[in-house]
Amino acid sequence: MKITVELNGAKVVHDVEPRETLADFVRDRCGLTATHLGCEHGACGACTVVVDGQVTRSCLVLAVMCDGRSIDTLEGLRNNPAMEVLRKHFHECHGLQCGFCTPGMLIMARDILQRLPGPDANTVRHELSGQICRCTGYTGIVKAIVAAGQELARDTPNG
Amino acid sequence: MKSAPFDYVRPRTVAEASALLAQAGVNAAAIAGGQSLVPMLNLRVAQVDLLVDLSRLDELKAVGETSENLQIGALTTHAAIEDGMIPDPFGGLMRRVASTISYRAVRNYGTIGGSIALADPAADWTGCLIALGAVVRIGGRNGAREQAVEDFVQGTYSTSLGPGEVILGFDVPRSDAPLRCGFAKVARKSGAFANSIAYVVVQGRGGLVTVVLAAAAPRPIVLAGAARHLASGVDSEDALRAAVADDLKTYLPDADPYETRLHISTVVRAARDMRTQT
Ligand SMILES: Cc1cc2nc3c(=O)[nH]c(=O)nc-3n(C[C@H](O)[C@H](O)[C@H](O)COP(=O)(O)OP(=O)(O)OC[C@H]3O[C@@H](n4cnc5c(N)ncnc54)[C@H](O)[C@@H]3O)c2cc1C
Ligand code: FES
Ligand code: FES
Repeated sequence: MKITVELNGAKVVHDVEPRETLADFVRDRCGLTATHLGCEHGACGACTVVVDGQVTRSCLVLAVMCDGRSIDTLEGLRNNPAMEVLRKHFHECHGLQCGFCTPGMLIMARDILQRLPGPDANTVRHELSGQICRCTGYTGIVKAIVAAGQELARDTPNG
Repeated sequence: MKSAPFDYVRPRTVAEASALLAQAGVNAAAIAGGQSLVPMLNLRVAQVDLLVDLSRLDELKAVGETSENLQIGALTTHAAIEDGMIPDPFGGLMRRVASTISYRAVRNYGTIGGSIALADPAADWTGCLIALGAVVRIGGRNGAREQAVEDFVQGTYSTSLGPGEVILGFDVPRSDAPLRCGFAKVARKSGAFANSIAYVVVQGRGGLVTVVLAAAAPRPIVLAGAARHLASGVDSEDALRAAVADDLKTYLPDADPYETRLHISTVVRAARDMRTQT
């Protein structure tokens, strides 16, 4: 089945199998491997991408269901201003070790800061409960998101 | 973890979807948010020949409010309810319940219709809609029908949905008297399926009381004794505990001591939560 999507700002047309998940589509068909697959059943959040502005577990939606939609993977958010701030704080706060969870963490972190600007650590922990990290123990990740939230709130006081 | 192959169609109307779902000799399934069905297909606990995508049917998205009830389209997502995109004349109960379901990325897709159609015993909406006295509207080849959610959900992954039938939406009755609603749930981890969920709905002062316990049995249980106690106006948590313990002997005779304490505590916490709602 032929689908047309806007992938990281560019129009992409591909033939896909109906059973193909969005995660397999971006990784295997489009070669965008920042999107990681951990559990493939919705539990870990490593596969998180953005579809039509909404965070999405790419292992839980089919590529055919995204026909006509706009998809952003971490690759497409490289120059996103919030993402630049988040990357800096993940670096400074040791928000990653092996990096497997990091693409999903960054995309989810950006979504948290958009919905709940300037969150405290408790809010971040709660909102992050669907993202699993096997390395860091989360402390650095939570610190990084709180710090990025403060910096973004300072720079854009009216949101 | 890949699903077996299947065909996929995106019908334009509910009538077309019904016809596709009812075809003889074809194992067809509806898909809405896919947040339960896609992993089930990938794990191959579900296998289908044909997937009928309901997710773009405007007929299933309608939300409305009359003086009598709130109408919620089947495709309304947990996130839309969490964000207050639909009216919540139930003291914010639906918003609060929505915000505790799974994780935001799942809530962006998971729908209230898909949740009720699946009838997972630990799902959040079944107990909530039963406590609010909601009715499910169902469309099929022979027209539409309505049924109380309490009767529609029959057991673990089991409903009265027949071949070709599609959930259109829900009508949740509004009461003249102000509602006070409480809710409590215990899950091992925030966002995981719960081990116990309790809902308490009180209409006005001294009015009708409904107490529902979910995630405890194949389908939610309406606790008559606990409701009678709360309606009596006697303000004693010990008496409420005793009433719930009696209910559990009737409805859950095989509950072990841990489960009994767990369920009593969620009901007591839901009642406390209800009292904080003015
Ligand atoms: C990690 C994770 C954790 C979760 N935790 C919870 C939780 O704590 N509590 C909870 O309640 N849920 C939880 N869920 C489930 C989530 O709420 C699902 O979104 C929901 O159960 C199904 O909704 P859906 O729209 O995604 O349905 P789908 O997955 O698309 O479909 C589910 C079933 O319903 C049928 N169906 C869907 N829509 C209709 C319709 N309109 N008419 C007829 N049949 C229909 C489908 O054929 C299928 O059998 C969790 C899911 C995940 C992945
Ligand atoms: S790979 Fe999608 S949530 Fe784990
Ligand atoms: S850094 Fe290794 S899983 Fe998070």
